[in-house]
Amino acid sequence: MTKPLLEVDHLTTRFSVRSGKMFGKASSLTAVDDVSFTLNAGETLGIVGESGSGKSTLGRSVLRLVEAQAGSVVWQGGDLLKLSDEDMRKARRDMQIIFQDPLASLDPRMTVADIIAEPLQIAEPGLTRAQRLEEVQKIMAAVGLAPEMVNRYPHEFSGGQAQRIGIARAIITKPKLVICDEPVSALDVSIQAQIIQLLNRLRLELDLALIFISHDLSVVRLVCDRVMVLYLGRVVESGPSADVFAHPKHPYALALLSAVPLPDPKLARLRQRVILQGDPPSPINPPSGCVFRTRCVYVKDVCATARPVLEGGEHKAACHFAGQLTKSGEPEILNSSTNA
Amino acid sequence: MAAPLFELKDYSVHFSTPEGDVPAVEGLSLSIKPGERLAIVGESGSGKSQTFLGALGLLARNGKTSGQANFEGRNMVGMKPAALDTIRGSDITMVFQDPMTALNPVLRISRQLTEIVEVHTGATNADASRQALAMLAKVGIPDAEKRFNVYPHELSGGMRQRVVIAMALLNRPKLLIADEPTTALDVTVQAQILDLFRNLTSELGAALVIITHDMGVVAGIADRVGVMYGGRLVEEAPVDDIFESPQHPYTRALLNSIPRPDRPVSEMQAIPGRPPNLLRLPQGCAFNPRCAARTDICMTMRPELLPGGAGRRVACFNPIGAMAEAAA
Repeated sequence: MTKPLLEVDHLTTRFSVRSGKMFGKASSLTAVDDVSFTLNAGETLGIVGESGSGKSTLGRSVLRLVEAQAGSVVWQGGDLLKLSDEDMRKARRDMQIIFQDPLASLDPRMTVADIIAEPLQIAEPGLTRAQRLEEVQKIMAAVGLAPEMVNRYPHEFSGGQAQRIGIARAIITKPKLVICDEPVSALDVSIQAQIIQLLNRLRLELDLALIFISHDLSVVRLVCDRVMVLYLGRVVESGPSADVFAHPKHPYALALLSAVPLPDPKLARLRQRVILQGDPPSPINPPSGCVFRTRCVYVKDVCATARPVLEGGEHKAACHFAGQLTKSGEPEILNSSTNA
Repeated sequence: MAAPLFELKDYSVHFSTPEGDVPAVEGLSLSIKPGERLAIVGESGSGKSQTFLGALGLLARNGKTSGQANFEGRNMVGMKPAALDTIRGSDITMVFQDPMTALNPVLRISRQLTEIVEVHTGATNADASRQALAMLAKVGIPDAEKRFNVYPHELSGGMRQRVVIAMALLNRPKLLIADEPTTALDVTVQAQILDLFRNLTSELGAALVIITHDMGVVAGIADRVGVMYGGRLVEEAPVDDIFESPQHPYTRALLNSIPRPDRPVSEMQAIPGRPPNLLRLPQGCAFNPRCAARTDICMTMRPELLPGGAGRRVACFNPIGAMAEAAA
């Protein structure tokens, strides 16, 4: 077996937060809690979860845009977390990121050419200005931007075009990994499909590995080979997309999938849904044992005392009752707690 | 046929800007029956929000409405604020996308809730409090009594939206307008809030207009759907018909562009180009530059919104069903 491109092991990222009161005691918030996964070259991994689940922090911790407190991120044989700033900068040419708000992520005072060329300037300082411009125009054409627009400024572009600039900037150094953090959430529906298809095409053409962070499960299901479901910083389920979406093992994954609005009125009426009660608890003071137990319809005593382990071969779940929920193929939970 | 509760007739909203006159909504005709659930779908700039903000007199200062917006026979266009106040906040209420900006951050939610009842019904504070508490329980706020005196920032996004919905329902409106009410919420919370809208509007017999860009939300809640593009209504039909047999090429393109579990990425069809600039609307049909079914007439004439079958209207020279019939 070939070695994976990226091996994340027991990654934990904490933030220190102060309580609302002045001089209040600092407490710590564990945004990413003991997360492990691997990613192969050319593979697409979806990270899904609701706000506060730690999905963006996880992506940023991998690139060291925020510093993790524990664990390792092994990239091509070396641990990124141990690299000096200088070595990390060199490593970054192979790993890039695309952000949610395309306009906010572009410097308004730089021309498109300068924005797209900037990573190249750092990665390959030897290039002449003319060579850089040539690369920029090539990449602009590849992402569907007219190369004549090189001297324009970000505000002259629509959201979809701005996201194309963000993508061009990310792929100009020919990276092996691109982290896409909610790349289409801020775009109009008709533009979302354009960007998804662009990412999909580039991934195949350039043999990119993608980490696709999104709260939109319909998009993740379409784009990703594997998917990882996060809840309060922990992985509660992971596996091949097809398996996870067809037979979710964790009660949270099941509820999350059943909450996705179906764009089909007849199916929507037929569907039995698991509607979760309440909101996710505060990550500053997470529940003991299983973090999902406060909203889980399956909760038993053991859930409060023992933290469930993520296990189960290719398709893993972190639930004390993971095997039992899907015994009959159709999860029992569907019949016991519907809100029809 | 029941008389319409709310009816727009040749209704327009224009904004005057330094760049020129922006026709945000143009020549709209639409009616809503009592108790009905209507979804208005469109992308940003399609005019879906401005239509209803205009009717309620909530436009930005450079905005102006014309035509008719009749609520129970009274035209709200040009109505004085004092007269509007007898309708908005009581018979017609509105829920906005972002619950944090809809609530006053420096007032306790108890005050914000009771104020509405006191102003519109003249109830005493004790009576208003009792009604507000009952409504908070109804919208699913656990321990409503404990939360009654908190400030908005002390609540989660989902809870805040419940408070806003409670505010909107307190005076038992006949029409509730919800503008992207779940867009800012997480998907599990979105499901709760949509259920709440469904159950409470049918319990109170209120009509619901839900303004959204999310076809999934439309499918789950609406009886009837209006699709807007470039400030105009381009198609209107019962919800099943919109999804099964869209007649306007834009509606079909929109449906083909959304990710669906039963369809691989390769079959998703992005709509080329982008929504029109209202300052420079294309001649003829506003959708023509992006339309696959475009013919010569589309570039010179604007199609009228005409009946297209039972309960349906469509504004297109080459509607989809008609083309299939002609070919058969």
